[in-house]
Amino acid sequence: MKRIFSVLVENRSGVLCKVAGLFSRRSFNIDSLAVGETDDNAVSMMTILSSGTEQTLEQIEKQLNKKLDVIKVKTFDESKAVTRELMLIKVKYNKGNRREIMETCEVMKAEIVDMSEKMMILQICDTPEKIRLMISMLSQVSIVEVARTGTLALQKCMED
Amino acid sequence: MTGAQALIRCLEEEKVTTVFGYPGVAICPFYDAILDSDIKTVLIRTEQNAAHAASGMARMTGRPGVCAVTSGPGATNLITGIATAFADSIPLVCFTGQVNSELIGSDVFQEADITGAVESFVKYSYLVKNAKDIPRVVKEAFHIANTGRKGPVLIDLPIDIQNQEIGRFSYPDEVKLRTYKPTVKGNALQIKKVVKELEKAKRPLICAGGGIRLSNAKGELKNLIEEYRIPVVSTMMGIGVMPTDHPLYFGMVGNNGWPWANRAMKEADLIMMIGARVADRAVNQPERVMKDTVLIHIDVDPAEIGKNAGATIPIVGDAKSILNDIAEYEIDGDFEDWINTLNTYKTEMPVLRNPDPAYVDPAAFIRSLSLKMKDNAVYVADVGQNQIWSCKYHVVKNGRFMTTGGMGTMGYSIPAAMGAKMAAPDRQVVAVCGDGSFQMSMMELATMRQYGIKVKIIVLKNNYLGMVRQYQHFSLKDRYSVVDLSGSPDLENIAAAYGMKFIRVNDMNGADKKIDEFLAGDESCLMECIIDPMDLV
Repeated sequence: MKRIFSVLVENRSGVLCKVAGLFSRRSFNIDSLAVGETDDNAVSMMTILSSGTEQTLEQIEKQLNKKLDVIKVKTFDESKAVTRELMLIKVKYNKGNRREIMETCEVMKAEIVDMSEKMMILQICDTPEKIRLMISMLSQVSIVEVARTGTLALQKCMED
Repeated sequence: MTGAQALIRCLEEEKVTTVFGYPGVAICPFYDAILDSDIKTVLIRTEQNAAHAASGMARMTGRPGVCAVTSGPGATNLITGIATAFADSIPLVCFTGQVNSELIGSDVFQEADITGAVESFVKYSYLVKNAKDIPRVVKEAFHIANTGRKGPVLIDLPIDIQNQEIGRFSYPDEVKLRTYKPTVKGNALQIKKVVKELEKAKRPLICAGGGIRLSNAKGELKNLIEEYRIPVVSTMMGIGVMPTDHPLYFGMVGNNGWPWANRAMKEADLIMMIGARVADRAVNQPERVMKDTVLIHIDVDPAEIGKNAGATIPIVGDAKSILNDIAEYEIDGDFEDWINTLNTYKTEMPVLRNPDPAYVDPAAFIRSLSLKMKDNAVYVADVGQNQIWSCKYHVVKNGRFMTTGGMGTMGYSIPAAMGAKMAAPDRQVVAVCGDGSFQMSMMELATMRQYGIKVKIIVLKNNYLGMVRQYQHFSLKDRYSVVDLSGSPDLENIAAAYGMKFIRVNDMNGADKKIDEFLAGDESCLMECIIDPMDLV
């Protein structure tokens, strides 16, 4: 079972280490982790994607809440959230596959953000699922490097 | 006023009487400032024991124990003691010196990242970067350590911060922590549900853990069970919350507990766990024990509820407050048949012991010792076979039983007993250890002598790491590996070297008289009991 943990934390040094340490110490999975300041620069938001049994996911939430640097933990399923991930992907191209790569970009709503004679950097911002799809589409051409932000998520506006 | 002077003022504000520790350059400003205070200092002989001694003191006073050590190795040596207090939920405030704040991260002499190292063993830690923060940090630390689920808090103090001028000292009246508000009062609806379930139950059982003691709810528990006539068992950390011979108390549960207590857990149709973690040593395979049972789990730490066993009715809050709330209700139930059944189990289930008369029988000895101890005496058990025998055969009257049931740190008993004795000089304090655990804290005999701490020590000597030997006996077909304690010192000479009275007991003949002699007067004494090396718990 997958779950998203939206964790508001005090923006202090060492907090990322404490939260990450908690996951490793208790053998919880981190599938993805993204951290950034919120509108309040004293507060950071950590978006953690984790998976495990219902009991494990409950423990993750409770253990996070025990940390004194954690202000608030929200948990929700992927289906209840708007999720986005940004990926930069550097590929080698040649005359033969240039057209094909550009078509893929068009279909996937990716952009070419940098280019040289042999290589180009593509940028895509989409759901984690589309990001995975993009990687698999490009696996035919030679991928040089990939950088991903990790999943960002906010709970959908509709509340029931 | 310097940061160090401010620190001492803070300790005075927190009514700290004693600091256990070991100085080094990085904590010298602290130890210099403390000279101008009435706070006692105790030079412990190794840092780990500073935390244990502070733990013993905390368990007696109900206030955080305090220790202060230097940076680097001083701080890292403290870790086992901190981890012990964490596992046992004992409130401590630990100060560590640190290198000059500008040098942090450059691996200078005696630098260690102590806040990083203790992260998973503390409730919280601080690295103070501005001396002006000291009053707030100390106020918060004492609050965090001693509220909610209690535990250790560490404050790391770079030497330049201790020397920094802070101007006028003022101690905050209250803490402002937006992320920390432990629940005290239990949910009223859940409490109503408990009452309903209790009325439906035929075979209810309360399992009392260390949380009862920590929330000072011993009296509330006793009132509740006497009023409703509900039988009680306890975990290891819960020993002593009920007098051993109370007619409704059925002893310790767990893989080293009494068979009738475990049978009670299996057969109960309602179990109320209070301040207990349902940890492996207390409840093996909780899913099986709890399958058809209504489990009411009361704990101040929400993360403990549902961690090891799914609770039917979870209640987060302070045991004392919740027990008081439950006691508001009339409960219509008659559990006399169930109590009679448990009494039958207690008399009929066999406990096989065939002590060799050539040795001291630890079971009979501990029983006899505890019956002769003063009514309010403090008994501190170490770790190993001695711990299990102590848990089973020590008779708690109105005194205290202390041990590290959570962490199981060998060498705990002597320093913890010292802390307890310093907290309650008028009470009789006895530490009971094995020859393995004794040698882990033997150096503290010097501290006892130096400060006149009159702890009485019993060493159950079998020349083995008995608990490990027992494991190798049962699980590894007597392939004994690294459990032989040959080479141990002659304890009579050790006692003489530290100026202590010494008594040796070879067998049960005349043991009673020797116990009387051991317990007589308020002086420290070392008693060696020769036990059967092959004895099993």
